[in-house]
Amino acid sequence: MRLEVDITGKTFNSAAGATHEVLAPLKFALSSGEVGVLIGPSGCGKSTMLRIILGLDHDFRGRIARPPEARIGMVFQEPRLLPWRSVEQNVRLAAPDVTEAKLSELFRILELDAHRSHFPGELSLGLARRVALARAFAVEPDLLVLDEPLASLDDALAGRLRDEIATLVASRPVMTLLVTHSLDDAIRLGDRLFFLSPRPARIVQEVPIAVPRAARSETELGRIKAQLATLPLESK
Amino acid sequence: MLRLLSFALFLAVWWVAALFVGGAKLPSPPAVLQVMIAEASSGALFLHLGATLARVILAFTLAMSLGSAIGYLMGRVKLADRLGDPWLILLLNLPALVVIVLAYIWAGLTEAAAIAAIAINKLPTAIVTLREGTRALDRSLDEMASVFAMPRWRAFRHVVLPQLAPYIAASARSGLSLVWKIVLVAELLGRPNGVGFEIGVAFQLFDTPRLLAYSLTFAAVVLVIETLLVQPFEARATRWRPRAA
Repeated sequence: MRLEVDITGKTFNSAAGATHEVLAPLKFALSSGEVGVLIGPSGCGKSTMLRIILGLDHDFRGRIARPPEARIGMVFQEPRLLPWRSVEQNVRLAAPDVTEAKLSELFRILELDAHRSHFPGELSLGLARRVALARAFAVEPDLLVLDEPLASLDDALAGRLRDEIATLVASRPVMTLLVTHSLDDAIRLGDRLFFLSPRPARIVQEVPIAVPRAARSETELGRIKAQLATLPLESK
Repeated sequence: MLRLLSFALFLAVWWVAALFVGGAKLPSPPAVLQVMIAEASSGALFLHLGATLARVILAFTLAMSLGSAIGYLMGRVKLADRLGDPWLILLLNLPALVVIVLAYIWAGLTEAAAIAAIAINKLPTAIVTLREGTRALDRSLDEMASVFAMPRWRAFRHVVLPQLAPYIAASARSGLSLVWKIVLVAELLGRPNGVGFEIGVAFQLFDTPRLLAYSLTFAAVVLVIETLLVQPFEARATRWRPRAA
């Protein structure tokens, strides 16, 4: 499976009547098993781009090609759980075909066992984000979109969840698109990094990481970081 | 306990007032109870109460389902809102009496006319409440449902309906009290049975004990339905919300 993004432009009309250019021409593709990372300054249009890719916004110029049968798993910036349904129901409603074994495994990995019957209002933000991750993985997605899934979590928890994302991504062939501000997350999870310019967003630089995810040691990561530091990137 | 005390106080005040005013204008509680028992044992009380209740249930169900559907549509679709809004304002401000009288003139003194007239009185408030609820729906959850490709019915049931439930409960609560009031007027004007009809007869004969017997029984039924049906539904609809301290 393959996701092809070819946006030639996206404008937005403000309430005052002015026209703003949100996205400049943008083009990239992603294959199964690949993790693409979008890195860019706040407000550069990443969320707009994700909405277009997910099919929530049809008002743009260009073309998005993704197989119509592709299942989508999404982790929004805010967890977007249904407050009136329990943790387990939230996951099952998005993924009605999930087996009990698969669900138990996900809840075990994400340490949600004790919270199955809780309502989202009773959870901390960290837990709610883990539920959102569980929901996205439970649908066994062909396209996984993660919009800053680790933002505003403490380092230790963010690190653990990042490892869990890596484990889950490795467990099946999936096209993954990760939006992040953290270079650290990007080089630990990504196969290809897309650095975006400020608004209107365009891809300033595409950086592939050749070393497989599992084989990236701390020294290797340090080397990649040093190499990125030499690139002339507006968006760091 | 406090409720019982409050009720006992009410009875005491009534009794004392009856002693002062005299039995013709305000009969004492035992006198009213006597009429209640007599009417109940003859079966008339249940017949009239049953007729009124049946009208309430039919008109209420009709107005709630139709009003909720129209309100949802007007909240979702701008065109429907624009087209419906003037009618809504007209209906909201039309006096109940006008609707009832016109319904009886146009459709005759029939059961259908009575129920339709009651329903039409309740309809606009249901529409307004549900339209407001629909406008307040969380778009980000709609997007979530769409991204996860939830089928329409599942999304409606689990994403939309729980958000509308407090509005439906509020509309049911205010609507029911409106229907309780209007049903008696409709019966008084054009039905041969029901609590409203009996009150009309009692009024013509200045039969205060009979009037009170029917009114109070009716009020008791309203109270029971509110406590046993409406309030539990409200509590269930908002169960996931953190409790107020």
